Amino acid sequence: MSISKYVAALVVINLPGFAAVTNAQDGAGGSEPGAAITAQQRGLEIAAEADRRASGYGDSEEVFTMTLRDKRGNQRTRTLRLRSLEQTDDGDWSLTIFDEPADVKGTALLTYSHGLEPDDQWIFLPALKRVKRISSKNKSGPFMGSEFAFEDLSSFELEKYHYAYLRDEACGELQCTVSEWIPAYEHSGYSRMEVWQDQSEYRSHRIEFYDRNGNHLKTLLMDDYRLFEERFWRPMHWQMTNHKTGKVTELDYDSIEFGMGFTPRDFDQNSLKSAK
Amino acid sequence: MTGLPSRSLALLLWACVTSSLSIAQTLDILQVSGNASAQYRYFVDDGQRPGLANTDISLAGELEFYYPVQDSRDSLIFIPFYRWDENDDERSQGDIRELNWHKVERDWELTVGLDRVFWGVTETVHVVNVINQVDLAESPDEEDLLGQPMVNLTLIRDWGSVDLFLLPYFRERIFPGPDGRPGASPNISNSRAIYDSGAEQWHTDVAVRWSNSTGNWDLGAYQFYGTSREPRVDPAFYHVEGDGQIELIPIYNIINQSGVDVQGTFDAWLLKLEAIYRDGPQESFFSGAAGFEYTFFDVSGSGADIGIVSEYLFDDRSLVVSTDNDDDDISLGLRLALNDINSTEMVAAVVQDVDDSSRYFYLEASRRIGDAFKLSIEARGVDNVAVDNPLRIYEDENYLQLELGYYF
Repeated sequence: MSISKYVAALVVINLPGFAAVTNAQDGAGGSEPGAAITAQQRGLEIAAEADRRASGYGDSEEVFTMTLRDKRGNQRTRTLRLRSLEQTDDGDWSLTIFDEPADVKGTALLTYSHGLEPDDQWIFLPALKRVKRISSKNKSGPFMGSEFAFEDLSSFELEKYHYAYLRDEACGELQCTVSEWIPAYEHSGYSRMEVWQDQSEYRSHRIEFYDRNGNHLKTLLMDDYRLFEERFWRPMHWQMTNHKTGKVTELDYDSIEFGMGFTPRDFDQNSLKSAK
Repeated sequence: MTGLPSRSLALLLWACVTSSLSIAQTLDILQVSGNASAQYRYFVDDGQRPGLANTDISLAGELEFYYPVQDSRDSLIFIPFYRWDENDDERSQGDIRELNWHKVERDWELTVGLDRVFWGVTETVHVVNVINQVDLAESPDEEDLLGQPMVNLTLIRDWGSVDLFLLPYFRERIFPGPDGRPGASPNISNSRAIYDSGAEQWHTDVAVRWSNSTGNWDLGAYQFYGTSREPRVDPAFYHVEGDGQIELIPIYNIINQSGVDVQGTFDAWLLKLEAIYRDGPQESFFSGAAGFEYTFFDVSGSGADIGIVSEYLFDDRSLVVSTDNDDDDISLGLRLALNDINSTEMVAAVVQDVDDSSRYFYLEASRRIGDAFKLSIEARGVDNVAVDNPLRIYEDENYLQLELGYYF
């Protein structure tokens, strides 16, 4: 982490505390004239604090199974590995390796994410031994036939959304803030999202996705949170339900490891060709 | 198959593995995968030569043994392939697609053994590929590469990667046999070849390639010196078989070949160019393709992608069979990906000659069945071929292919 980002994070860390004090003074009254902070500012502060808490991970490797179910009970699974390398001045780098189904085994996807700018993306096709640069315009399309769109699985960058705090609400045993996120990047399939984050650790528990016509399209639930490296909370189970089709996709994490010792060389086109 | 070099290489690699670890440990780390497939081809017309079958059944299998060397990023890989074909003895054959040791360091990589190397960006032709020989009996699409013995050193620098290739042994192109389809008429020999070099298959070939990605552009440029993977075929060089059939003899020249490949990626646009200049005895020419691919993603929220591909293909070599020295074509293709649970995909293209009525076309479609099977359909052929067009040798060879593959 660079010094400047560390300083910026220190500035950000004070804001939610300030917001909490303001909120306590206001009671449930909301934003009366003279309130020190707007709903947009508060939404941004919550997202920034969640981002700050997720930052500084360095690198990671996640192994997970994706289970696709339709209304008739048909079920398919995919197994993937996701390697990530954190970037301090730009979006993170990632390498996704497909292990199952067997016909796509060895296929790998390399992504340099750039926040609001288009990502750089290459795919390796093992049958042809071919590396192909692909368009990253596809945000709203399904990832591997699942209910997750490419944008749902992309690297989180603060500038990718406009935020607004909506309300406080109980979420299970915890107290959550509910915020509205509006995609600021192009080609999103969503007009807005509603995000439930708990007030103690800023973990996301529920996200509702609204399509471009404003209809409630999908709901993502995240649970079984575990603490890694004494500071990173990660959900081991995700469940995405498509309300239009009744289809459900679940992600079950087998492992999440940090401190893999990855370097930029593990995220270049040479390593893409030999990712196994 | 290259008998001697691959066998001694296999022994060497095996020695590397077993010297450091017990066999039990080795088997524990070894990753094995593969596929088996059954293929059926139906040929619409009777062939130009008598006695050719209109249907063909074939079975194939490929295994991959991958061994990651512990505490490093190095690996060993072994990919044997075998196909049995009902009619074509030349298609019934085994090959070692890969058998190599791959070493990975921070600013260089080294591959020693048999490997496959794919370059190039265009959809309808793959002219810049020069490292590997292609197996035309396996498929006419030039995408089935025979394992090439090589030492490949990759230097990784801020300004791109430089690949240095030392290619000590040459593999001859595999053409469909006298009973194989789709085949050229007259047939091209697999048992006879004429070489420029006295060393024949043992001429040491070399290549160097630079490649880099900067912003929206992916660039590559190379120089190759050695035995041309693509033989010249001259009607003056033929052999009469015992049954009176004529077989053309492929001629492998020593060539200098320069190649470039460029792709610009802008939003949903892919702009593509790949081209070579080949300089050798009796031939000096440019060949290549330039064009674009545009994709409509997630059409009407369906999740499906529709892509349009168009390329201009140019080739200015003098053809003995043609009165026209230029063979230029325009391709128009459609790519469809449903992005559904079964990964249903299709690509179809027509390649039209700009000077006469000749055209060729292909369609490839596939979808997964369950978790382990994949069904593929392919159609390929020529249409409206002018008398002096080089496609003439593929007349009456249009076919439809069904394939069921099992993956594990």
